[in-house]
Amino acid sequence: MTMRFRMLNYIIKQGFVGIWRNRMMSFASIGSVTSMLVILGVILILALNINNMTNVAKDQFDEIQVYLEDDVSQEQIEKIGEAIKENEGVLSVIFQSKERALENMQKQWGEEGYLLEGLEENPLPNSYIIQLKDIKYANSVVDHIQGLVGIEEIKYYRDIVEKMISIANFVRIGGIIVTSILLFISIFIISNTIKLTVAARKREINIMKYVGATNGFIRGPFIVEGIILGFLGSVLAILIVNFGYQYIVDILNKKLYIFFTVYMIPYKVLYDDIIMIFTSIGVGIGTLGSIVSLKKYLNV
Amino acid sequence: MIEFMDVSKEYTKGVKALKDINIHIDKGEFVFIVGSSGAGKSTLIKLLLKEEEPTDGKIILNNMDITNISNRKIPYIRRSVGVVFQDFRLLPNKTVFENVAFAMEIIGASSREIRRRVPIVLSMVGLSHKANNYPNELSGGEQQRVSIARAIVNNPNVLIADEPTGNLDPDTAWEIMKILREINRRGTTIVMATHARDIVNIMKRRVIALEKGTVVRDERKGVYDYEI
Ligand SMILES: Nc1ncnc2c1ncn2[C@@H]1O[C@H](COP(=O)(O)OP(=O)(O)OP(=O)(O)O)[C@@H](O)[C@H]1O
Ligand SMILES: [Mg+2]
Repeated sequence: MTMRFRMLNYIIKQGFVGIWRNRMMSFASIGSVTSMLVILGVILILALNINNMTNVAKDQFDEIQVYLEDDVSQEQIEKIGEAIKENEGVLSVIFQSKERALENMQKQWGEEGYLLEGLEENPLPNSYIIQLKDIKYANSVVDHIQGLVGIEEIKYYRDIVEKMISIANFVRIGGIIVTSILLFISIFIISNTIKLTVAARKREINIMKYVGATNGFIRGPFIVEGIILGFLGSVLAILIVNFGYQYIVDILNKKLYIFFTVYMIPYKVLYDDIIMIFTSIGVGIGTLGSIVSLKKYLNV
Repeated sequence: MIEFMDVSKEYTKGVKALKDINIHIDKGEFVFIVGSSGAGKSTLIKLLLKEEEPTDGKIILNNMDITNISNRKIPYIRRSVGVVFQDFRLLPNKTVFENVAFAMEIIGASSREIRRRVPIVLSMVGLSHKANNYPNELSGGEQQRVSIARAIVNNPNVLIADEPTGNLDPDTAWEIMKILREINRRGTTIVMATHARDIVNIMKRRVIALEKGTVVRDERKGVYDYEI
């Protein structure tokens, strides 16, 4: 064994000894890191999902569907199309016949599409699907179309999209505030745990100092202790978030229509990011907590 | 090898613990630092150990100017200096052997070196038979001998002792002095702060007397004070 390796070995061993020596506080530290990260995870997943849904919704909902009455003539249909195109907020207009609409619906429902095959008569109307240049034109376009003849119903989702965007913002900002508070609490608890170890080893540290131990060698075990606490906390949080999310997706799959979970981000996509974010935050908090503590209580 | 040049130490504004100290100690000397309580003995020792910084002047140790040395280098300075305190400072949950080995472990010695060296120093202080005892199973004199063994196990060329016999009865104190004398005979420079008048007078070594932070006397083969 080289000298460096022996000393590293000693530092790491002392780190574990420190954790074991105040198991109760270590437990509390790990718990605080875990709960902070789980809450961060919930917020993160919520925000990402709302974002995702908003984007999907935006794509789908910056269009306006104009259902036409069943008895309008082909000529009238074309006239209506021309009139719509004239509006400045309209990007494109596509005509969708009732037959086409039914086909699309069958496709969208996927496995459950067979349910639609038993229908005696096509209940869907002819429609124009309008793509807006921007969602902000929605109101003026709708006003314009309402004045035309032969329109049965106009469907658009501006309100929903705006609501989702404001919820997404709320979750994001609230999440940042709550997470930062929890971050500080975790650092505080870890630094207090380390403080206990410093106190328990005061005599030893004093002797080490006089015999010529380097500062790194004296501080090492405490930093290791902090890192281990943060790391264990993050591992626990990863497991909880992993199983929790899968559980929730499962429940939603069983209890709700298939449509809903289609909009949720699959956990596999998040998994790598969650692992990376959680471990780095956990280890970061642990390191910071011990540095704060050493700055305050250990003068070497 | 140890030199204080115009060294002053002021703790807080106004409290001058040392004033314009000039001392030169050669390799292999045995020096007593005497003086009444508060005279500045411990302060002098703390300056040598880089536990305190001088307010003024220059300190040289082992031919190196340690006055403005960087914090990173301090541990390496301390490895060339062994220290013994009045209160022994042993680790209660380690055996005698482990207490001495600890000083080697933290500077990265191998277990083979430790197994070879620790028994040698334990026999030098006459404690081979107590290697596996814990500090609370030892007398005060034995505990101090363990702390001396720990101080010399890494072969320092200077041994500094702040009242090493302060907690011991006269007979036990003499056992400690014999060990220190033997260590000095093998070439280690010894600087010892003490209140033990008899020891100083009988040892007949160099005596530096401090009074209110200044050197009032520096004699080869000196005595504790003039009144005797
Ligand atoms: N950390 C400190 N802060 C402020 N003043 C101090 C400090 N340490 C020592 N002093 C003061 O410096 C002076 C010298 O103290 P020092 O400990 O060097 O004396 P000493 O000779 O070792 O005394 P004793 O024989 O009682 O051990 C005293 O007046 C003491 O009060
Ligand atoms: Mg003193």
